[in-house]
Amino acid sequence: MLTYILRRILLAIPLIILISILCFIIIQLPPGDYISSYRAMVAARGGWVKDEVLNMLRERYGLDQPVYVQYWKWVSGFPRGDFGIAMSVSNTPVRELLRERLPLTLILNFLAFLFTMSVAIPIGVFSSTHKYSLSDYILTFIAFLGISIPGFVLALVVIFMSVFVFGSTYIGNLFSQEFIGAPWSWLKLLDFLKHLPAPIVAIGVAGFCNSMRIMRGNMLDVLGQQYIQTARAKGLLEKIVIRRHALRIAINPIISRVGVYLPEILATEMLVSIVLNLPTIGPLFYQSLLAQDMYLAGTILLIIAFLLVIGNLLADIFLAWSDPRIRFD
Amino acid sequence: MDRDIQIGSKETSDEYTALTPRQLMWKKFLKHRVGVVATCIIIILYITIIFAEFFAPYDKTTTNMDYLSAPPCRVRLFDSEGRFHIRPFVYRRTGARDPKTLRFVYKDNVNKKDFIKLFVHGDEYKLFGLLNSDVHFFGVEEGTVFLLGTDERGRDLLSRMIFGGRISLSIGVIGVAIIVFLGSLIGTISGYYGGWIDNVIQRLIEILRTIPQIALWMALAAALPPTLPSTYVYLGIVIILGLIGWTGLAREVRGKVLAIRGSDFVYAAEVAGASSSRIIFKHLIPNISSHIIVTATLSIPVMIIGESSLSFLGLGIKPPMTSWGLLLNQVREVQVLKHFPWLLLPALFIVVSVLCFNFMGDALRDVIDPYSK
Repeated sequence: MLTYILRRILLAIPLIILISILCFIIIQLPPGDYISSYRAMVAARGGWVKDEVLNMLRERYGLDQPVYVQYWKWVSGFPRGDFGIAMSVSNTPVRELLRERLPLTLILNFLAFLFTMSVAIPIGVFSSTHKYSLSDYILTFIAFLGISIPGFVLALVVIFMSVFVFGSTYIGNLFSQEFIGAPWSWLKLLDFLKHLPAPIVAIGVAGFCNSMRIMRGNMLDVLGQQYIQTARAKGLLEKIVIRRHALRIAINPIISRVGVYLPEILATEMLVSIVLNLPTIGPLFYQSLLAQDMYLAGTILLIIAFLLVIGNLLADIFLAWSDPRIRFD
Repeated sequence: MDRDIQIGSKETSDEYTALTPRQLMWKKFLKHRVGVVATCIIIILYITIIFAEFFAPYDKTTTNMDYLSAPPCRVRLFDSEGRFHIRPFVYRRTGARDPKTLRFVYKDNVNKKDFIKLFVHGDEYKLFGLLNSDVHFFGVEEGTVFLLGTDERGRDLLSRMIFGGRISLSIGVIGVAIIVFLGSLIGTISGYYGGWIDNVIQRLIEILRTIPQIALWMALAAALPPTLPSTYVYLGIVIILGLIGWTGLAREVRGKVLAIRGSDFVYAAEVAGASSSRIIFKHLIPNISSHIIVTATLSIPVMIIGESSLSFLGLGIKPPMTSWGLLLNQVREVQVLKHFPWLLLPALFIVVSVLCFNFMGDALRDVIDPYSK
């Protein structure tokens, strides 16, 4: 098991290096050199940049040096926790911005993931045990509908529903005005919890519909197998057959597909967060793109990819732990 | 997995032997009723957007200063005195500012009925740049008819949605052409040659799939120069969507190629001295074309969602062009959503078209193997 984990970690390292190269290519994409476009950007807002700032930038990112030096200057800071400077956010170090936003991003995605799974698995099982019934057809239709609604539309609909149907004021941001920047307290936590349902529902619907379909398919495959027939023939309760014999196996493909879900959930989270203006990574990424601050955008892209690689790794390890049929060599 | 939507089939085995594969596929497709309905809706949508100038009651840029942000008008068959009219009509509306909220409020004038007629004369247009005409599918001869309301500049939302559909739906189709080309080419090469080529391609796919698609799309779309004219932006968006989206198809194709790579007919072709390209194009690709079609159909909705998300965020299609996503861009403020909820209607079109493509792809997936149960 330990060697398996180690090998997976070793395999992830070249992947991350390759992704960092891709992100660097994206940083280099916009035409023109970075310094002059940055100056133009500030000038367009009626501002003016000091030469020292420009020199500092040039020095930090090695902008007058060959491309591979630029890449190295950009990437070598990451292991040390130096993520560069966010030019579009008044020259704040990116690390400062991440310190606020990264934990919230992780919490939000994790909760959305939990929500997705805790709803999808029971409903998928229900759907498979009531195959071809009216409720199965309705659930199938809902699943297709959920897959077909883009994340931002869901966010708009959730805003609409919660403001005008439920009369909620806990929309936009994750904290009320008075708690932004305040230290954590019980009141702040309560406020946070009140803000949570809207984004989590908006993020969770698409993923829940997808995994519900897959869960249903898996269950149908498993329920058709002979060992289930044997279990029933032994006279076991249907409840036990489903829970202990069928579900135990049918859930494995769901775990092994976590690597596919995570990018999807994160993508929806980004869109939803942008629409609801939540203090997570998504809106920061969006603002950096609008401001053409490509270094910030590329850095965020790399961090997202890094998180996803880690998520994949954890999912693989979890699968190896939960499915005894998986070999470690 | 999704085979179960169709109503259970119980043909006798004679029927299977009597029909050609093509007839069998067609029969099977017709059984998938949801898929058939979805396909019909898609055909109607595409006919509408091809002849957008004709079907839209107004031009996409026609502004009505008297009807700024007017809500959808009610189409009636009974007038205020309860009399029935065989021809549907709308009451002419007059707008006035509410003295308190300063917003426009529209009142029906029950004395003025504008009857809705087919093939009325309206805004002039040039169909496909060739045909001059001013005939519209429906409209009113006097007054105005805004079935889905207007935006803040008094432009008819329905017309703008029909013109926007032209962008949103065409991007799906053109983008899929790129995906099919790249995906089947790269997938076949990867599966056929194997070895280090396969390894490199698989790593590339892995990288592209690790990063969330929408984030890559956003980053690439933002890298388009802001001064680009809108037609080039359109092309740029199509290319970006295609360049990122081929990985799924390539994986599918590679798997299928690996499966038939060892078949006797491929060996026979090799022994007969056929070149690699002949084997790929004459033997491999025709054998997996049905899988390519299904995966391609299912990637059209992904592109539609991609384009509308980008345009919604202001990173995609630029005015004067319009698309469903761009139309939704104006409802990002909660206040706009509150006062002008009909501006959310383009979302319905996105959802319906994506849903229909998903159902159609699902039906096709059942059809591709006509000899399965």
